[in-house]
Amino acid sequence: MGLLDLTPAGLYCAAGDFYVDPWQPVARAVVTHAHGDHLRPGSGAYLVAGSGLELARARLPFDSTIRSVPYGEAHVLNGVRVSLHPAGHVLGSAQVRIEYQGEVWVVSGDYKLEPDPTCTAFEPLQCHGFITECTFGLPIYRWAPQDEVFAAINSWWRGNQSRGRATILLGYALGKAQRLLAGLDPGIGPICTHGAMDRMTALYREAGVVLPPTAAVASFPARHDWSGSLILAPPGAEATPWARRFGDAATGFASGWMQVRGNRRRQALDRGFALSDHADWPGLLSAIEATGATTVWATHGFTAPMVRFLGGRGLEVRAIATRFEGEREEPAEA
Amino acid sequence: MRRFARLYHELDSSNATGDKVAALVSYFREAPAADAAWAVAFLAGRRPRRAVSATLLGAWAAAESETPDWLFEECHQQVGDLAETITLLLPAKASIALDRNLSWWVEERLLKLGALEAEAQRETMLDTWRAFDAGERFVWNKLITGAFRVGASLRLVIRALAQASGIPEETIAHRMAGAWEPGDAWYRALIDPDAQDAAASRPYPFFLAYQLDLPVGDLGKATDWLAEWKWDGIRAQVIRRGGETWTWSRGEELLRGRFPELEEAASLLPDGTVLDGEILPWRDGAPLPFALLQRRITRKTVTPQVRQQCPVVLMTYDLLELDGVDLRPEPLSARRERLERLLGTGRGDGRLLLSEGIVAADWPALEAARRESRERAAEGLMLKRLDSPYGVGRRRGDWWKWKIDPYSVDAVLLYAQPGSGRRAGLFTDYTFAVWDGDKLVTFAKAYSGLTDEEIRRVDAFVRANTTERFGPVRAVEPRLVFELAFEGIQASPRHKSGIAVRFPRMARWRTDKKPEDADSVETLRALLRSVNRET
Repeated sequence: MGLLDLTPAGLYCAAGDFYVDPWQPVARAVVTHAHGDHLRPGSGAYLVAGSGLELARARLPFDSTIRSVPYGEAHVLNGVRVSLHPAGHVLGSAQVRIEYQGEVWVVSGDYKLEPDPTCTAFEPLQCHGFITECTFGLPIYRWAPQDEVFAAINSWWRGNQSRGRATILLGYALGKAQRLLAGLDPGIGPICTHGAMDRMTALYREAGVVLPPTAAVASFPARHDWSGSLILAPPGAEATPWARRFGDAATGFASGWMQVRGNRRRQALDRGFALSDHADWPGLLSAIEATGATTVWATHGFTAPMVRFLGGRGLEVRAIATRFEGEREEPAEA
Repeated sequence: MRRFARLYHELDSSNATGDKVAALVSYFREAPAADAAWAVAFLAGRRPRRAVSATLLGAWAAAESETPDWLFEECHQQVGDLAETITLLLPAKASIALDRNLSWWVEERLLKLGALEAEAQRETMLDTWRAFDAGERFVWNKLITGAFRVGASLRLVIRALAQASGIPEETIAHRMAGAWEPGDAWYRALIDPDAQDAAASRPYPFFLAYQLDLPVGDLGKATDWLAEWKWDGIRAQVIRRGGETWTWSRGEELLRGRFPELEEAASLLPDGTVLDGEILPWRDGAPLPFALLQRRITRKTVTPQVRQQCPVVLMTYDLLELDGVDLRPEPLSARRERLERLLGTGRGDGRLLLSEGIVAADWPALEAARRESRERAAEGLMLKRLDSPYGVGRRRGDWWKWKIDPYSVDAVLLYAQPGSGRRAGLFTDYTFAVWDGDKLVTFAKAYSGLTDEEIRRVDAFVRANTTERFGPVRAVEPRLVFELAFEGIQASPRHKSGIAVRFPRMARWRTDKKPEDADSVETLRALLRSVNRET
């Protein structure tokens, strides 16, 4: 038994008797962030980073027991020192650092290295063993500088506006939506949001994240003229009766999956913007290298190529299964 | 190249026809004639001959981007398109400055590539990749790999050319049919209002029909329609002008010398005649299997033996020109009358046959006729409105294909592999099997017929139920059953079942059936026997 083991319920630390991001109900869960594939309901007690507390509350049943610790503050569970450190993925996202008898492991959760005004920047940690996500673990995934992506989004919006069209921008409700809001130019026109965005966005604002003003789509009368507005909605909303009210509209999707043209074309989207809250290939490699870890476990995404690539660099590597097994093309939140 | 890459991007980033035409119009207005000529050629589907193998391109790009070959292959599988994979792996920005026109890149680099030694090819490719940003490189790679395709139909291109030049669409379409080589002078002639360009060889653009997708009763009175048998052959125009004969296939390929018997027969037609019909393998008043014709057209020389084994006729549907006069605006009934008079005097020489026309009092009578299709070895009926002019391209309304129900069997999904383009990264190409005793034997591959939602569900099934991998191909648990529809059936040593079907597609996902409910190879053999009896 090592410090961490993969069990049917998820990643388990026997010495500390707790799980990290378990996918089945357990007694004690340490959770990296509030996305549905990491935070599952039904566990006895949850430990999350302080800035992620409200998001976790909003996504778990009301009677769940949730404790929070500030980033960097150690919490001792059965003699194992556990601390949470910023992962730069979404508000309150954390890497879990686990130290026991001089051995240090870090579970990355989901992370990105690029700065993001809506959450605390990724903190590089030294460790012996690193469990890294690799959602975008292929070299075709190299993100363009985000300033260029936001400039492209804003200029697309302006272009649609000049043609008298509404702009529907799709992005996941927790994290991506708020990062998009922070990068949109509110000088272009009104920004309106789908109902699924509102609760999370309000929690971001309460946490002190500065976002431009938005109005709920539902607050407008039936015959409102949407041309020139930008409507932020979760993916999937574009193909519903809900979207018909906007009349002549162009639809775009902001997601790392949009790096590959076929992903955009098969959804019949007008535009795809490759903007992700996950590290790209160079980001994953540099994060892994910076940990100094000699043992690396890869999970979530293109684990097989990552394992083979890192193995070629002399690291001790393995792929670990997640509940979301296989090559998930379109995970819930990317 | 930058301008052409921008055009590609604009065509690719809107699903609205109006936006596409606007992007094309502004390109044709700004681009130099030589560039516009190449743009038209590529948009119209011309593919430069592939000068470099995919393997070499991949190897060079992997080396240039310092990607191990196996990782390059993983990326390629994920992206599903070589041109795009290379684009994504190389740096997004150009590293050397070389701004040239599209025509320069095509004429000086692309077309000269084929004649170079491998090492010089490699240097040219690397030099070109370095001179391009990601957008230009993608378009270039698409041209190099022969996979250039963008969501703009020939009709849209013609419409945009007409708008940009002020020339009627029909004239542009006419000038684009037939043989031409892209170039400065050709493009100027294409948009020249005064060009005397009625080159004798030029066919008319073909008028095409859609599959009928509404109840026949919705078409109005049956007596307003002409029905004809729908044959499975090569749609063609035979042109007799200035003492010469030309035969064009629907792909607007000149079939010179391939069907001498038709050219002999056409020499008896008066000058200034254009026939539209179907080239069919034919003997004793009935068609022979299409496969015979397929074999014949691959032959370079037509020997007397070939002519004897696979005699052909032109089943003539329409008369587009007579005495040098374009008859297309006339109603079908009038064109048909002239056609009957023309061929009725024995001038068809037994090779230019008149397609049988059926005018019935009501739809039930036509439905009864349609049910005879299979025994006549026809695919069904064509319905053409008697007062319809001969249009351009595929349009809804005046002409319909009214095919008989295709053959079908229930089959089990055995293998899957990822598609390309719009289907890249999804398992969309499937191999199907039927029972032979207690074994499943493959007999068909199919990739069309499912909705996007169904494709996603099958894709998820494939990922979760893979039993073996052979490169990109996955063997899966034999659990899903589909109803496969197809157009024809013949014996074939290529498939384990010994039987091959023509145009297979998924008619329905039989979620109500278990694999053991699927059909057996005996069902296919019975179908094959019934077909052989019929023909």
